[in-house]
Amino acid sequence: MTTIHLTVNNQPHTLTVPPMKRLLDLLREDLSLTGTKEACGEGECGACAILLDTGSGPELVNSCLIPALQADNATLTTIEGLAPDAALHPIQQSFLQAGGAQCGICTPGMILATHHLLTQHPNPTEAQIREGLSGNLCRCTGYMRIFESIRQAATETAR
Amino acid sequence: MRSDPTQFALTAPASLQAVLAQLAQNPGTHIPIAGGTELMVALAAGRLPRHSFLSISHLPELRFIRITPDAIHLGANTTFTDIRRNPTIAADLPLLTLAASWTGSIANQNRATLGGNLCNASPAADTPPALLVYDATVTLISSGAAPGEIVQRTLPYRDFYLAYKSTVLRPDELLHTITIPRAYSVHRHFLRKVGTRNAQAISKTALAALALVSESPATTSDSPSTTPCARHIQTIRLAAASLADRPIRLYATEAALQNASLAPAHLDATLRRARAAFATEAHPIDDIRSTARYRTAVAANLLEDFLRSLTT
Repeated sequence: MTTIHLTVNNQPHTLTVPPMKRLLDLLREDLSLTGTKEACGEGECGACAILLDTGSGPELVNSCLIPALQADNATLTTIEGLAPDAALHPIQQSFLQAGGAQCGICTPGMILATHHLLTQHPNPTEAQIREGLSGNLCRCTGYMRIFESIRQAATETAR
Repeated sequence: MRSDPTQFALTAPASLQAVLAQLAQNPGTHIPIAGGTELMVALAAGRLPRHSFLSISHLPELRFIRITPDAIHLGANTTFTDIRRNPTIAADLPLLTLAASWTGSIANQNRATLGGNLCNASPAADTPPALLVYDATVTLISSGAAPGEIVQRTLPYRDFYLAYKSTVLRPDELLHTITIPRAYSVHRHFLRKVGTRNAQAISKTALAALALVSESPATTSDSPSTTPCARHIQTIRLAAASLADRPIRLYATEAALQNASLAPAHLDATLRRARAAFATEAHPIDDIRSTARYRTAVAANLLEDFLRSLTT
């Protein structure tokens, strides 16, 4: 067991965990943050995507592929931390309005991937949207409504 | 079956020297882990042989892109995102930028490192064909005799692999730097990957190529007068993924194409020679992703595509 310190959604935590425990399991089991989902568990579907800052700025990562120890002293944002209060984040609002969420398993990852995309490209092209979301699989929507949600979110956040 | 994380040790030694000291103390005991995008999948699948890991992802000594007039030096911890965001790499080594953009998803590119991609030694990896045609060198480091001393050796990257998933890295060594010459501004660059889908696909096969085409007047007596300027291949390097047990240079095909004519009257003969040489050194396998027959046929077609592209 190893003691690690990390900040999740602006809350500092000190945890004693097996160092090879997946960050995904740490979030869900130790911190009860079950908004981060597991689907493939192999880094191929993006359902477990979060934003991780280990010192060089927040980056989109798959939390199923990160040992807990590598998040020591890191700052994390999960879907629970995206909106600062009871209101929805503009990206969440756009997914709601454009029908970008159906069963919901991929949605937290989709929204964080969108957040990362819009940070890099505030006015993304169609190609940038498709590439930015290409690591996130959805089995319900057929993606078109997700892309539309992202276009709306880009318009909304540019306002 | 999923592995039990409590059965695995992981530490993050404070310095590069400390990592090397641990590797030297108990050679073969520890597995270095950087971005984890390969090893964590193997861990989850219960495929990992050893149970002790040394994290190196936090070491700034291994994460750098150093540009000199003659070369680009990439630390082993350089992520695919670092590569994609570097304008000098994009300008000088476009195939490396392209290969980095094909490696996993953005979330994985933000974590996965070039060093991990090379040391994992998959024959299907995306960056090796590009690095092979760019004639990269690799610098390996280990603990020296004096306390804190680091010794290094540098070798051509083309000599890095020994067999399937096997490299020249000794158990006490770490890959430190990948160095690529900045010497290809007038070359023709080519990289094609064939996979099941665009994003996240592991290649069925891939071909990288680099060539210098010359328009110098014909010097050989058999050049017909119909080719006023005998366009030919001055130098060529070819490398492939998933055509052997490791990423390979296609030396026989390169030799067959050295000084080969690209003039319309000779192109068919050049293509025939290239395909014949290629057939002697493509040895792919049948596996879950493709068949040997398909890989050989498609890679040969990619080669022809590249050679035809040199005629204009």
